[in-house]
Amino acid sequence: MATKTDVSVSSCIDSYGSAIGMPQLCTDWASNQIFWLVVTLVAIFFVLSRLALPRISAVISERQGTITNDLAAAENLKSEAAQAEEAYKKALEDARSEAVKIIETAKVEIKQELDVAIQKADSDISAKAAASEEAIAEIRKDALANVKSVAKDITSELVKVLGGKADAKTLTSVINAKMKG
Amino acid sequence: MASSADAKNEGLVFHPMDQFIVEPLFGAGPVHWYTVTNVTLWMALSVVALILIMVVGTSKRALVPSRAQSIGELAYGFVHKMVEDVAGKDAVPYFPYIMTLFMFIVLSNFLGLLPMSFTTTSHIAVTAVMAMVVFFSVTIIGFAKNGVGFLSLFWISSAPLALRPALALIEIISYFVRPVSHSIRLAGNMMAGHAVIKVFAAFAGVALISPLSVVAITAMYALEVLVSFIQAYVFAILTCVYLKDALHPHH
Repeated sequence: MATKTDVSVSSCIDSYGSAIGMPQLCTDWASNQIFWLVVTLVAIFFVLSRLALPRISAVISERQGTITNDLAAAENLKSEAAQAEEAYKKALEDARSEAVKIIETAKVEIKQELDVAIQKADSDISAKAAASEEAIAEIRKDALANVKSVAKDITSELVKVLGGKADAKTLTSVINAKMKG
Repeated sequence: MASSADAKNEGLVFHPMDQFIVEPLFGAGPVHWYTVTNVTLWMALSVVALILIMVVGTSKRALVPSRAQSIGELAYGFVHKMVEDVAGKDAVPYFPYIMTLFMFIVLSNFLGLLPMSFTTTSHIAVTAVMAMVVFFSVTIIGFAKNGVGFLSLFWISSAPLALRPALALIEIISYFVRPVSHSIRLAGNMMAGHAVIKVFAAFAGVALISPLSVVAITAMYALEVLVSFIQAYVFAILTCVYLKDALHPHH
């Protein structure tokens, strides 16, 4: 790396541009290094203390705040969700018991209606049965009367055929007597 | 081509220390205190890197940080935690100063790892100034905060009375050696690694050894990456330790 400088510009560099001994111990350069070091450190200090550090600390604390807030919000949402679940369960329970109640009342109502209907049907049936019996009795009575008249007719015809003459009064009394018999 | 021919003629040429030469950036001539030199260039680059990482990278102030922003936040958190843990809560007002030292050293160390670069922190003139600044400010803070009580740092009350004068002598010597060890540790580490890499690099001129040389340079470079960070960390943490002594001199 011998960058050849024509003149030996420093007591620490030989004529070939190489270091004599340790350049670190060369006092010729110390003032230059110290001057630029001070400039650099002051520059770095101002950049850091005026710009970088306040900004970074603000960002970090802001992030910390956001994280804390988010955690609190999450906690809130969690408890809200738990409440909502509780409410949902309660509503479900209520609906179930409501349904059971409705079924019960419906059963009772149906039973009542059914009883009423059965009773009505029973009474209808017995009324009809009574009417039928009446009709049957009527028919029976009519039948008796018819038998009487048919017997009278047949008897008078028979008497006529046999060459007799039957008067109506005698016929009736005979038939009545026979039928009673 | 010509230079390699030169090298062949001269045999193996080692100039491991040439990388540490301070030279004017524009033209040749004597190096005055105000001359713009390679020192100026690489220190300025460290400021540019600092601005890129800590200012430009964080300019979005994103709640979810980008990569650049997380580097800045990481550096901030790292040093802030170190100051708080090592030097105590009451040392937090000095955090920007320690951050300044740490960022300058770590950035200079890493920039110094670039090929053809100049490592500003490898010079004792640079590290000694920082160490002396730390030494004097810590001593002044110690006396300002504790008055004469600061001297109890050297009077170890937990030791037997007969031993205390001897211990006090040792403590005082170690106190004044602090800036020396503080500065030489950093400069020595940076210089040694870079010089060793240069020596290995010079061996690469011999075809037979060059593969080994390349492997050695790679390994050395990895080590230097580690050392670059660790030395910046050590410098900052020692500053914190000294600051803690100044704030709480009672053992």
